Amino acid sequence: MEVNAKIMEMFEKYCKDNNIIGKQKEEKFKQFLEVLEKSAYDPLEAIGIIAAHSISEPATQMTMRTYTMATQRDRLSKVTQGLPRLIEIFDAKKSLEKQMRIYLRPEFNTKEKARDIADKIKAKKVKDVIESDSIDLIDLKIELDLERDDEKDNLIELIKKANIDVSSRGKKIFVKPKKSDVRTLRKLRSKLLEAHVDGIKGIDEVVVAKDGEEWMIQTAGTNLKKILKMPEIDISRTRTNDVFQVYEVLGIEAARAVIFNESKATLDEQGLDVDPRHLSLLADVMTVDGDVKAIGRYGVSGAKSSVLARANFEETKKHLVNASFNGEKDNLSGVIENVLVVQVVPVGTGGVELKVDVEKMMGKNKKKEE
Amino acid sequence: MDGNLYKIIGGIMSKEEIDIFQSALVAKHEVLNEDEKIILLKNLHVLEKQFPKIKSSDPAVKAVGAKKGDLIKITRVSEIAGTSIYYRVVVN
Repeated sequence: MEVNAKIMEMFEKYCKDNNIIGKQKEEKFKQFLEVLEKSAYDPLEAIGIIAAHSISEPATQMTMRTYTMATQRDRLSKVTQGLPRLIEIFDAKKSLEKQMRIYLRPEFNTKEKARDIADKIKAKKVKDVIESDSIDLIDLKIELDLERDDEKDNLIELIKKANIDVSSRGKKIFVKPKKSDVRTLRKLRSKLLEAHVDGIKGIDEVVVAKDGEEWMIQTAGTNLKKILKMPEIDISRTRTNDVFQVYEVLGIEAARAVIFNESKATLDEQGLDVDPRHLSLLADVMTVDGDVKAIGRYGVSGAKSSVLARANFEETKKHLVNASFNGEKDNLSGVIENVLVVQVVPVGTGGVELKVDVEKMMGKNKKKEE
Repeated sequence: MDGNLYKIIGGIMSKEEIDIFQSALVAKHEVLNEDEKIILLKNLHVLEKQFPKIKSSDPAVKAVGAKKGDLIKITRVSEIAGTSIYYRVVVN
């Protein structure tokens, strides 16, 4: 039997602590292997159901509401925790309260530098850099009053790109679209104010916080691809809670790691003790096909090969009708479909079939006869 | 194929492209050669199509330069077992 490194390490430590050496140690190791073998899952054990139970039961005790921590200093205003967060992870939701934890390289690890970087990455829209805006109804143009001079060139360049006439005087910028009536001006103004000027798109909020001895940046909103390209960032530890972004930038294995880490962190935070093996199985199931699939109708359960298993879960009619149209076949090889048709389920002893090797049997009997 | 070589051949990836293996989230990916593949399939008594899959567009696959049909050995650092080994087959 193969013993994994972690358990081996624990055994070695135990021996060292209790001063077990030589022959004694060998004997202990034998005992140890026996216990290990007993505690391992048997072939055909229904580990999926055990995992589902082990996660769901503690999850019923989680807080049902989203925490808002607006009152705490140096924290983001909105953080999803508890059951809603767990549902977000397992349903592979694309719209969620996105966050990043950005760690910095040692040479940038001071409060001032962290502040500078946080300032740099925060997405700035036109409305963030102007003091006021107004529509000039006589000349039919939009007036933007800038807070500072240094953003002016950048802004003019941006508006020019959109093929709109632009002029400036002092701290003011005048935008005059080609087709100018009041309605287009109003539309343009609301569009203009939301336009992206500086920083990294998607990073809506930044907070510089202290994690132990070092400074790090927490953000609301993520843009992993652009952040990882920055030279100031420590790539190895920078995290986001958006599984899909990780999948796009770092690949399926990283997405699996995020699903595992995030679900474990969520459960740990609530003081629930779930064995990591169950979560690891779940993360494997969600990523087995090379992309991130939700647990549920549009994901894992909807992609089962058996018609009856799919129909049994949700949207019974849809699956049965489609299957009959396409002439699908059900081999009754899974658990659910066999429960449905009242047969022995292929789990545990039900999964083994006995076949008689006639030749061998005869051969044995012959030997006895002799 | 070397990860760096891919960048030159591909031409699409820019020089600023990040090395994703620097991230602690990304496990070590290795492409198995033909001999290793045959031995593995024999030892595990499985067919190639029964392995978990990984898309050929996956950033990690691109970085190690694997093609469709290759088996990728993934060495995860896991909190349960220290290190654990996982295999994925490259699909489109």
